[in-house]
Amino acid sequence: MKIHLSNSVWIGNIDPFIHSFDTSNDKILEITSHKKWVSVHPVVLCMITGLGLFIRRKKAELSFEKMEATSRHYFERMGLFKILGLDSGIKITPHESAGRFIPLQLITNSSNLDDFICEMIPMLHLQPEQAEPIKYIISELVRNVFEHASAPDGAIVCAQYYKKSNTIRIGVVDTGVGIRHTLERFYHPKDDLNALALALTPGITGTTTKIGGTEANAGAGLFFIKSLAKISRDFFMIYSGKAMYKLLKNPKNKQAKLISDPLKDHFSSEANLPFWNGTVVAIDLCLNNTLNFNELLDLIRKVYREGRKQQTKLRYKKPQFI
Amino acid sequence: MEIKLYEYVGTFAENKDIAKDIRINKIIPSLENSEEITLDFDKVKSATQSFVHALISDVIRKNGIKILDRVYFKNCSDTIKKIIEIVIEYMQDHS
Repeated sequence: MKIHLSNSVWIGNIDPFIHSFDTSNDKILEITSHKKWVSVHPVVLCMITGLGLFIRRKKAELSFEKMEATSRHYFERMGLFKILGLDSGIKITPHESAGRFIPLQLITNSSNLDDFICEMIPMLHLQPEQAEPIKYIISELVRNVFEHASAPDGAIVCAQYYKKSNTIRIGVVDTGVGIRHTLERFYHPKDDLNALALALTPGITGTTTKIGGTEANAGAGLFFIKSLAKISRDFFMIYSGKAMYKLLKNPKNKQAKLISDPLKDHFSSEANLPFWNGTVVAIDLCLNNTLNFNELLDLIRKVYREGRKQQTKLRYKKPQFI
Repeated sequence: MEIKLYEYVGTFAENKDIAKDIRINKIIPSLENSEEITLDFDKVKSATQSFVHALISDVIRKNGIKILDRVYFKNCSDTIKKIIEIVIEYMQDHS
């Protein structure tokens, strides 16, 4: 396998980065990077970590070409080399991380997650009303990994606050079974993209065909998170198997309306990407734009109800007159 | 019976394992004994939909919506109220 950290990788321009991922030989993972400057979304760090841990588990070779980019210190500070057990040779003076970022973390159980959520907010120095949606996103995404992914390394999480744009960017990645596999038992998605669309539809969960879910799962988590990005007019991206669904930024002159069918949203998608064993989720949240969380819940309530009615209606049997 | 959720979940109610535990070991036995249940969210500032779903959806699914005549939600923040309303509403659509 080969992956190249290019000059700039954010959700908006992540497609070429994913396309360049070469999955052909899983006996070795070769990681290379742009020689001058590498500037990436936290989800990219999570993906590299996920691949590195995957290759280590397979006892295959991990070859991480020495980074030359001026920005290489960032990768050291975010804990990429440490988590992969590599000596980068990069010397840094670690600053206090509060107010800027959450370095790469592996979250493997409920208790880890509780601790992480407690520690995370002071690290980002956010106001309580700003912290609320972020805690929500992390909790729901990480619990999805615990409950559905069967991921040996748990959830790989990383986040960064960008002062200039007042935006927090979050990545949550796993190298588990992937969304199509999770939905296979009850929904038989025809391909990975169809699986992503189902996973983003309110009321659909991998644990039952019943609309509304089971006692443990309602099938609402990803829809809530996509809705947060939509209302904040920010990006949301999910990549699993060979497919990626990307919610595009809602234009400022258009009313941000929640829609239960993800395929009717303002989105882009790809269905034939290099295969990702597991699931990758990334979200940007501009804290200027974040709607009051309670107002968002009102909108979600309305759309969730309508979406669920549509799902139920689709299953109504009609008499067959012959 | 009154259950003070802060003692179990702190200020952010998100741990579904704890929700399940409270449901199985406290809520269901009390309701089976024909008691009333008060879920007190005092000091709990927020909750996820998944937590509230794990706490109460199965109670409604198994007993019908009338069971809510014996379940009270106390000291809920606006966010928690809205999340409880969402869960109860969708459970009524399909119970």
